[in-house]
Amino acid sequence: MGKVKVRKGFQQARWNEPIIYEMSTPGQRAIYVPQPDEEIRVKAGDVLADLPVGMRRKELPNLPELSQKHVLMHYLHLSQETMGSNICHDISEGTCTMKYNPRINEELVSLPNFAELHPCQDEDTVQGIMEIYYKFEQIIKEISGMSRVTFQPGGGNAAVYTAASTVRAYWESKGELDKRNEIITTIFSHPCDAAAPHTAGFKVITLYPDKNGFPDIEALKAAVSEHTAAIFMTNPEDIGLFNPRVDEFVKIVHSVGGLCFYDQANANAFLGVARARDAGFDMCHFNVHKTFGTPHGGSGPANGAFCCSEELTKFLPVPTVEFDGAKYFLNYDRPESIGKVRDFMGTAGVIVRAYAWTMMMGPEGLRDCADASIINNNYMEKKMMEIPGLSSAFMGNGYRRQEQIRYSWEKLKRDTGIGTNEINNRVVDYGLPHYWTSHHPWEIPEPMTLEPCETYSKDDIDEYVETIKIIAKEAYEQPELVMAAPHKAASHKRNDEESLDDPEKWALTWKVYLRKHGKK
Amino acid sequence: MSKYVNPYIPNSVPDEKEKMLQEIGITSVEDVFREIPEHLRFRGQMNIPPAFASEYEMRRHVEGLLAKNKSCKDYLNFLGAGTWQHYVPAVVDTIISRDEFLTAYVGDAYGDHGKFQALFETSSMIAELVGMEAVSTPTYDWANAIAISCRMAVRMSGRKQVLVAGTISPGRLAVVKNYCKPEIKVELLKYDTETGLIDLKDLESKISSETAAVYFENPSYLGFIETEGMKVSEIAHKSGAEVIVGVDPSSLGVLAPPSEYGADIVCGEYQPFGIHMQWGGGLSGFIATRDDKKYVAEYPSLLFGLTTTTEEGEYGFGEVYYERTSYASREKGKDFIGTTTALYGIAAGVYMALLGPQGMKDLGEGIMQRVQYTMGLLSEIKGLKVPVIKSPSFKEFLVNFDGTGKTVAQINKALLDKKIFGGKDLSKEFPEYGNSALYCITEIHTKADLKTLALALEEVTK
Amino acid sequence: MGIQLKKKLGLIVNPVAGMGGRVGLKGSDGAEILQKAIELGAQPESPQRAKHALEKLLTIKEDIELITYPYEMGAQEARDCGFDPVIIGTVESGKTTPQDTVKAARDLVEQKVDLILFAGGDGTARNIYDAIGDREVPVIGIPAGVKIHSAVYATNSRNAGEVALLYLQGKIKKLLDSEVMDIDEDAFREGRVTAKLYGYLKAPHEERLVQSLKSGRTEGEASALNSIADQVIEDMQANVLYIIGPGTTTRPIMQKLNLKFTLLGIDAILNKELVANDLTEKQLLDLIQGKKTKIVVTVIGGQGYIFGRGNQQLSPEVLRRVGKENIIVITPRNKLTALKGKPLLIDTGDYEVNSMLSGYYRIITGYEQTIMFKAE
Repeated sequence: MGKVKVRKGFQQARWNEPIIYEMSTPGQRAIYVPQPDEEIRVKAGDVLADLPVGMRRKELPNLPELSQKHVLMHYLHLSQETMGSNICHDISEGTCTMKYNPRINEELVSLPNFAELHPCQDEDTVQGIMEIYYKFEQIIKEISGMSRVTFQPGGGNAAVYTAASTVRAYWESKGELDKRNEIITTIFSHPCDAAAPHTAGFKVITLYPDKNGFPDIEALKAAVSEHTAAIFMTNPEDIGLFNPRVDEFVKIVHSVGGLCFYDQANANAFLGVARARDAGFDMCHFNVHKTFGTPHGGSGPANGAFCCSEELTKFLPVPTVEFDGAKYFLNYDRPESIGKVRDFMGTAGVIVRAYAWTMMMGPEGLRDCADASIINNNYMEKKMMEIPGLSSAFMGNGYRRQEQIRYSWEKLKRDTGIGTNEINNRVVDYGLPHYWTSHHPWEIPEPMTLEPCETYSKDDIDEYVETIKIIAKEAYEQPELVMAAPHKAASHKRNDEESLDDPEKWALTWKVYLRKHGKK
Repeated sequence: MSKYVNPYIPNSVPDEKEKMLQEIGITSVEDVFREIPEHLRFRGQMNIPPAFASEYEMRRHVEGLLAKNKSCKDYLNFLGAGTWQHYVPAVVDTIISRDEFLTAYVGDAYGDHGKFQALFETSSMIAELVGMEAVSTPTYDWANAIAISCRMAVRMSGRKQVLVAGTISPGRLAVVKNYCKPEIKVELLKYDTETGLIDLKDLESKISSETAAVYFENPSYLGFIETEGMKVSEIAHKSGAEVIVGVDPSSLGVLAPPSEYGADIVCGEYQPFGIHMQWGGGLSGFIATRDDKKYVAEYPSLLFGLTTTTEEGEYGFGEVYYERTSYASREKGKDFIGTTTALYGIAAGVYMALLGPQGMKDLGEGIMQRVQYTMGLLSEIKGLKVPVIKSPSFKEFLVNFDGTGKTVAQINKALLDKKIFGGKDLSKEFPEYGNSALYCITEIHTKADLKTLALALEEVTK
Repeated sequence: MGIQLKKKLGLIVNPVAGMGGRVGLKGSDGAEILQKAIELGAQPESPQRAKHALEKLLTIKEDIELITYPYEMGAQEARDCGFDPVIIGTVESGKTTPQDTVKAARDLVEQKVDLILFAGGDGTARNIYDAIGDREVPVIGIPAGVKIHSAVYATNSRNAGEVALLYLQGKIKKLLDSEVMDIDEDAFREGRVTAKLYGYLKAPHEERLVQSLKSGRTEGEASALNSIADQVIEDMQANVLYIIGPGTTTRPIMQKLNLKFTLLGIDAILNKELVANDLTEKQLLDLIQGKKTKIVVTVIGGQGYIFGRGNQQLSPEVLRRVGKENIIVITPRNKLTALKGKPLLIDTGDYEVNSMLSGYYRIITGYEQTIMFKAE
């Protein structure tokens, strides 16, 4: 264990950075936009005079005025006060698979041959990007076993919404939408598996886990009926258990005519190991920005790949990318399509990066990625379980966890009063990013969900575990230290949580802050 | 050669892997995968191309594919219609390619203080441009922002109909329709083809106590400015409907903020603000309202607010209005939230901070001058009709080619040979304007570019 | 921060609560039982539990005025923890009675305390309720009794202290109607269970405590109840008699229909019009005769009972006639979460009816939101 180090002396950058408006000096300029030639100005005349008075802006907009260096410096400071996964061990984001995002892919998407493409360009001039879309679709088809894929959804949730729209179109096409108005999901599936179908107009039935933590199959049997439109389920669910009866779930839903959607947000450890279509699912999705190595951007741009069986392809959003053997083209001629879920063709940059990542991995690399994730997680579990005050969801049920685990600080909280929120604030003091607790409500008390995916080393995991161990020890011995954390982060603990919920005090913009708090 | 060790997978070093397996107490990863029943296991070989052995080779491959594209850097571009070519300042690219921002997660306001502040500042600046006080974190795109705005209005009023200006972008409309199904009825308003403006009589006849909101864009998809926004708002408000205005914010250095002509909810697109077009992948939307609990309660997205910390004088950030959903009346109206486009929101903030008040005005005025100039040039070409729509335009305008006897498709093909991307063909989307194309002019266009266009059009329409 | 008056905290410890449990008795209410418990070697549980809670308040010791009753009813525990309490009232040490609890609660209300923290069991909660009634005095129960059905109790003693701390610091402001329930002691000790819903006390709601940033949102209680009621009303069929069970979860249904509601009793409606309030078992049996009937019930108390606690008017005979398929169970989701994987419970006192009613229910947890949950 000689290599295990804990970053005891860590201190995050803390610039006490003012709000950019406070840095403003009237008259300063950071950049000039290119001004029109003299001839243009003369010929155009006073263009603003043509506008009705009510449509003209009366005063210059209140934007800050800074020199270029100061804008750059300000945002560099803010970037330093942010913990991207490439700069630290983001083992922390269970269900979100924060892995290394290769720099080369950033260079590729910065090339003008990609960055400066307009979406309405003639198809002859965008053959390269369409080829990447097409080829990446073939890759996703192989991984999922499905027949077609669209990359239009702007993120995982949007892909789930696309699935819900597809279910709606499917039942509409059969003239049964009025009757088929229920969607079944499970409590440890991602919440969007309930929220997105609900937004799409379906009633939601949620299944709770059985004593081992698997969705209760008896409850499913009691839930299905001639009203069942579909089931939306994640597997493994967010607690890291692979449901061994997942195909029985599919059969039960199919037996009443319902469709089955497989939420594959947690697909990282199953690339080349198990496929959605093989378990009988009609649809699935991947969070391209998680599983395929593209950066999360602090919450996007993201991309959700929505995949479906042959029967459902006619409902895919327009356009699809097609290849006629010689030329790639966009197909808008799809009369039964659900329409669009995002303008144009989705976040193309994510697809270019993901394609590049996959081409660095190959089929063996994808399997290696699955294997390493599994080993990392099980190794980490072994070490974590030595920490006092910590347990895990459905511990001791005899099933091995796959790629992630939902831990619980319930005992620590009972013993010390310090729960997961306090621990989560304290990890930053050791140079680790905040971790993912769980969605709400907390079915597992005081949760902490960790996913040490393939890009983390044994040393990284050892450091993480050691850090958590130290914090647990602190909780028992110096609870006030943990309670007041963070101490080494970019900012200290908020002292007035109430103000964020109080309409008289909250401030979503600087001008409102000034008005409510009278500071100038 | 030694065994291949994946550069992205540290534990693919055999010794390391072995050590860990021993520590776990298993001999192979199959001891974990045994939880997956055999009949669900994939035992075949995925038909996926083999990996490149080095980053360099992969780079050559992807560059080779991308080289098949012709970009707006190679060609002179006059396409807009929802994604626009503007100059992206170097500082913007520098900031959003920082690994700290680029690879951040949703995070929390301590470890990710900087990200929270950056997005708070973006909200603060766009709020000034649109004349509002509360702003959402970024949405997927403008279309998504419209749809959410409509759903907010529906939740607030319990009414189920939304009236939308007939000149809305068909792409955005398709997204809105899909997102509003099945509860919300989206109906298009007639417009005067001469002026492009909303037909107020049609609005009066369609609006009722069932109307949750009236939506229009400014500048519109067809490029003209909806000059009667105030009248539209008056009619809407008389019926108790919310007024939602969609904006291209690059116009707001010169155009009045929508709040001044009655908007209750403003939404729009950040892409013009420092985000590369990326084949349409550069979109990122926003929603803004007054700082009124009634509106703030209906935002489905995260809201970042400024507050204080235990350290005197230090700013802290946190999520505002935690219990806001408890004010929503019915589950059904609620939306889902998730990963959207935060990084682009940061880019837009950097862009606004760089331009500043005068830069924003220069941007808008300079674009309008170029448009005016270009319309003058094109109107002199035989067979071309410019302007088609009589209301003033911002950065896009219709050019009608009926008098040339050629279709837009033919003309655009011919322009392509001259390395020009002609305006978007609208003959199918808006057949009432005949053979028309939507041309987009921005600050990137020099006098020479515009003259090149005029010359080329003259040649290809001969 | 301006000058603030010290917050007043009232403390009541029922020193004999919990004594029956360890020696196999069901509760310790009643002098005889208590005597028996002491003879069996029972030790007081509540003083220790009260101290666990009080320790959480030490950080704001200087900012609060702690008012309590003498000796083991609070004074002793407070001093042990380092507080300097204001002591009111008189009791005889070693011989405190339920009446002392009632008296203490009354006195504390008179002192205009901001919060009453009390340690005990269901009997204690009932005594407090007897004293306070419907007045808006916030209370937090420190669970120390054998029977804890009442929802006024925190999940454990330390949590009770923490909620008290947050409430006194103004970090929690929301008060929630929380059930006070107690079981008929005599019947209970004879093996029969009949529990009664006595009423509701206001307890601080610690929603924020279990929330963290970056998560999806938890729906507020009020909104959940509203949307549940919307769903029940939307589903109502014509010419079907609806029996509405007691509790705050069913209340919004009646409120939305503008009907008079019996919080602690059973009401009936037909075609969205009131048929009768506060029905007895006999009246119910007469009423459902020959009519298609549906029953709307919720989870009562902290242990997950849907029948047999707080709604005993819904007797085995009533339930037999109505049938499982006509039972509509409604509850906000957090009540199911609180069960931590345990099923909902049915204890009608009739084995056959219990098994007839057991199985999966599609529980309404919101508008168009249901959860499949087992009851047994």
